Amino acid sequence: MIVVESAPLAEMKTHALETFPDECCGFLYGTEQKDGSRMITKILEVNNSKAGDKKRRFEISGKDYMLAEKFALENDILLLGIYHSHPKHPAIPSEHDRVAALPYFSYVILSVNPGNIDHIRSWQLNEVSQFEEEIFSPKHLNQSI
Amino acid sequence: MATVIIPTPLRKFTNQTAKVQIEAGTIAEVIDRITIDFPELKKHLLDQQGAIRSFVNIFTGDEDIRDLQKEKTPVNNSTVISIVPAIAGGSF
Repeated sequence: MIVVESAPLAEMKTHALETFPDECCGFLYGTEQKDGSRMITKILEVNNSKAGDKKRRFEISGKDYMLAEKFALENDILLLGIYHSHPKHPAIPSEHDRVAALPYFSYVILSVNPGNIDHIRSWQLNEVSQFEEEIFSPKHLNQSI
Repeated sequence: MATVIIPTPLRKFTNQTAKVQIEAGTIAEVIDRITIDFPELKKHLLDQQGAIRSFVNIFTGDEDIRDLQKEKTPVNNSTVISIVPAIAGGSF
């Protein structure tokens, strides 16, 4: 299960809407329970560095990735995953997403159309490198995991 | 010894260690040693031919070794080596 606090959730949505029709991307930070449940408390927006068609591809530069890891170490927070948008497409990972995906990370995908976030879903690789959906939930008042 | 920074997704293969100290003279030696010390890292770093996977970038400091001498890039006791996974994808 992955729970996202209201502030980072709002930031992700705004990022996806403002970047439309291109794909947006960024990092997810937070805490993890022993049962694997995650709470996302912060996001870090990064530039989609893909050269070429950003409407259906995203890429994060090596330098941005190193900065993201450094941020986690310096702030004693866990780097838990990546978010990106699928403009005019469902929040389902593509084969391009799967091939480049890493174990452990949560992959949050926002399906976005002009002025509207249609769906947000989260995925993780399983032991045989296939995506499995995680339960994705906005954080409600007084909710803890 | 050179310092290798392990990316978060691969730390479960290094006993949750974020920084590993390696005695080596080149990047190739670093990769050899770290995959001996942590065998489960091997399939994530190397392809079936033993070359560094295309989805894995190795940096010394802020420089990609592909812009230096690749696996022959020298390292010393003050070198900080980052294993940087390529992060990419797309809608279809």
